[in-house]
Amino acid sequence: MKDFISPRPVPRAVNWNRIEDEIDLDVWNRLTVNFWLPEKVPLSNDVQSWSQLTDEERQLTIRVFTGLTLLDTIQNGIGAPALMADAITPHEEAVLSNVAFMEAVHARSYSSVFSTLCHTSEVDEAFRWSAENEHLQAKSRLILDEYDARANPLKKKIASVFLESFLFYSGFYLPMHWSSRARLTNTADLIRLIIRDEAIHGYYIGYKFQRGYERLPEAERAELKDFAFALLFDLYDIEARYAEQLYDGLGLTEDVKNFLHYNANKALQNLGFEALFPDDACKVNPAIMAALSPNSDENHDFFSGSGSSYVIGKAVATEDEDWNF
Amino acid sequence: MQLVYFSGGSGNTARMIARLGLPATRLPLRSSTDQPQVTAPFVLVCPTYADGMGRHAVPKQVIRFLNLPASRALLRGVIAGGNRNFGATFARAGEVIAAKCAVPLLYRFELAGTDTDLLNIRSGLARFTAAQKDIPCLMTA
Repeated sequence: MKDFISPRPVPRAVNWNRIEDEIDLDVWNRLTVNFWLPEKVPLSNDVQSWSQLTDEERQLTIRVFTGLTLLDTIQNGIGAPALMADAITPHEEAVLSNVAFMEAVHARSYSSVFSTLCHTSEVDEAFRWSAENEHLQAKSRLILDEYDARANPLKKKIASVFLESFLFYSGFYLPMHWSSRARLTNTADLIRLIIRDEAIHGYYIGYKFQRGYERLPEAERAELKDFAFALLFDLYDIEARYAEQLYDGLGLTEDVKNFLHYNANKALQNLGFEALFPDDACKVNPAIMAALSPNSDENHDFFSGSGSSYVIGKAVATEDEDWNF
Repeated sequence: MQLVYFSGGSGNTARMIARLGLPATRLPLRSSTDQPQVTAPFVLVCPTYADGMGRHAVPKQVIRFLNLPASRALLRGVIAGGNRNFGATFARAGEVIAAKCAVPLLYRFELAGTDTDLLNIRSGLARFTAAQKDIPCLMTA
């Protein structure tokens, strides 16, 4: 009898030749072109570098990577699927299925690093550590509370952007730090592929958030913005303690916190909000910035340099059809 | 110096321009909309949308605008938006436009910029505008 009362709803077949939101297609194209697997990165070239780290540095690195694995696991199995349920267009749902799968690739990548560089017993110990670490568990719970099926779709997106664009960075700091010292450089290459993906995910989910947010009446917008800043404060408190626990031993905590402030501001900008932390609190170590975007600072631009060493582009013959001059 | 800018889905470049508080003309999002007519030298502010190989860095709306000889002849420099999380392709649109149009890359900023970026852009534009008045313009379409 039930079938007569409410027939099972059938989704619309997705037609990629009828795009409702151009950004869905743009992001689909970017994500699929950027597809990668950890096998592409020659991690075994880091074996020697790994052996030169101290026991403490190795343990820290493995622990940091199990923490990142946990966030990727959550985003793969719960976060991105929760957003799929709220998708406005069928194309958005397809893009989010790519997001979900790439999170599984990221989670899988850390295990590739482990199997290449580490002993099984060290890795097992680190996974136990992450399952019991109060800060990792606390931030995961805060995010999972918002991924609840009954939660507000825009709050899910806020939580998701904070995971993608803020929470990963207490962990990403360490491979960038090693890379800046010419350690574990192949692992850093792999991490940069993950960072690139997460940047698109944060951009896309933030974009979808903004489209929903702008349709709300003023009072609801104010409530959501308050919610976003309050959640960021709560997450930041946990991240600050997590950073102290991980990095005090290497004397890097203050440096890590500047990196957290800088990334928290970028997460807010993905949501269309203004920055929270003042520039003075976001002075990221230039070596970390250079590790994040290698080879992108070789040329001085006019405003930053003395004005004499900036680049004037040499006119180049156009090869692509879009540029027709 | 006048500013011309493009801002896409995130709205980050538009928010940066709004906080900058300088006169600026926005390029249309839709290709069906008429291109704005520029009549004086200008600096272009453009975000980056490159893929992992750095391709397609410049939004097609900006390419369409620069394909007009009259617009291109008045372009004096480019300020590029981007995100360092894209690694070596950070703010690549600025390099591409500088190379294709033989103008200087003036500045790069991330997402909607920081307060420091706004200060640097305001003072940099003032210096650049002054410098432009001292040198004869050799630009041709």
